[in-house]
Amino acid sequence: MRYIRPLSMEDAVGQLASSPGTAAILAGGSDLLVRMKGGFIEPDLIVDIKAIDGLGEIRETAEGFIIGAAVSCALMGESAALKREWPGVVEAAKLIGSKQVQGRCTIVGNLCNASPAADSVPALVAAGAMALIAGPGGRRTAAVEAVPTGPGKTSLAKGEIIEAILLDRRAPRSGDAYLRFIPRTEMDIAVVSAGVNLTLDEQGVVKSARVALGAVAPTVLLVEEAAEALIGRKLDEAALERLAKVCSGACRPIDDKRGTVEFRRKVAGVLARRAATTAYARAGGK
Amino acid sequence: MAGVAVSTTINGDNVEYLCQPDETLLDVLRDRLGLTGAKEGCGTGDCGACSIILDDRLVCSCLVLGAEAEGRRVETIEGMAHGDRLHPLQQKFLEHAALQCGVCTPGFLIAAKDLLAKNPDPTEEEIRFGLAGNLCRCTGYDKIVRAVQDAASVMKGA
Repeated sequence: MRYIRPLSMEDAVGQLASSPGTAAILAGGSDLLVRMKGGFIEPDLIVDIKAIDGLGEIRETAEGFIIGAAVSCALMGESAALKREWPGVVEAAKLIGSKQVQGRCTIVGNLCNASPAADSVPALVAAGAMALIAGPGGRRTAAVEAVPTGPGKTSLAKGEIIEAILLDRRAPRSGDAYLRFIPRTEMDIAVVSAGVNLTLDEQGVVKSARVALGAVAPTVLLVEEAAEALIGRKLDEAALERLAKVCSGACRPIDDKRGTVEFRRKVAGVLARRAATTAYARAGGK
Repeated sequence: MAGVAVSTTINGDNVEYLCQPDETLLDVLRDRLGLTGAKEGCGTGDCGACSIILDDRLVCSCLVLGAEAEGRRVETIEGMAHGDRLHPLQQKFLEHAALQCGVCTPGFLIAAKDLLAKNPDPTEEEIRFGLAGNLCRCTGYDKIVRAVQDAASVMKGA
């Protein structure tokens, strides 16, 4: 096993691409080290990306936010600008693990770990976030929802590294929210979760919407029909009921000790409704 | 496996060590450097017994590689007291009997120190929330919370 800490993305990509065995990318390590400890992975090469310039920063540009792959969720919670523009994304990131884990864990790691129950992913999908990916062939961007392909699996090719998550600057009258159900009050894995992102017109009518559900399918679901249930309407009872029904119908959950299929379907609708109500209020809707 | 040479700062002292690439910082502290204050409870970041402060962030040292400490600042429980003079949190943990078996205590003290550094006047709820990453199977938490509240009021007055 080798541990390296490259100073440039080109070097990191090159080392990953030319590594003959199993290679792992290390940012926060809160998934990787647990998997190593449990014997689920024994990497031949660990590429620590934290010394690469800019990866530990949240940058604000004219277009929006660039959240580096090594930015801890704790740091996201300390960014007043990010919290103001994307409160739903930040509240999702802040739900991951304890304070100790928050100091290390990253949203890119959460995405690449590809758990269907990842907390930050539904919020990022609802936000329309893009992943900036560096690889042997250069850089590309991909929608966040295109990254996980199933539990523990991603669409990233050998040598590719997500170097940042990109979030747009907000249009006026926009709001997002994320909610999850867990049987405890803190530090548990989502049984069901929902992220909603809305932009309203001046009359409070929903102009655009994105609705994402977590932990109810092999990957996070972007539910377009749920967005359609909201667009062109104020958030009245009929719209909310339609949203809940569509979300419950879109679920393809497993039955396990944490929740039955029936329970997950029902709660998906309830959470989508509540998240939509919060997002609407954050967007200034009444 | 080739060893990794690491140069770091631990409790204000420059420290150099060689470790294996897959060795955790917790194992380095305990087994190579003799700093056995941080404990291994779960080894998977759930219990907080191995809590340390790494560049002003509270982290589980079981979820950090020893190699990652290169060029960084590590604070452990061993750096909390000044000689025989206990940190107010340590003193209050004793006075309130906020420990029984003691395995979780170094982690709680470090987490509480981090909490009070960022929020010198926390509410009870903020203390309970701030220490939620530390598990204690003996005391039931109430005495720990009271000790932290008492230490906070002492430290404010200091």
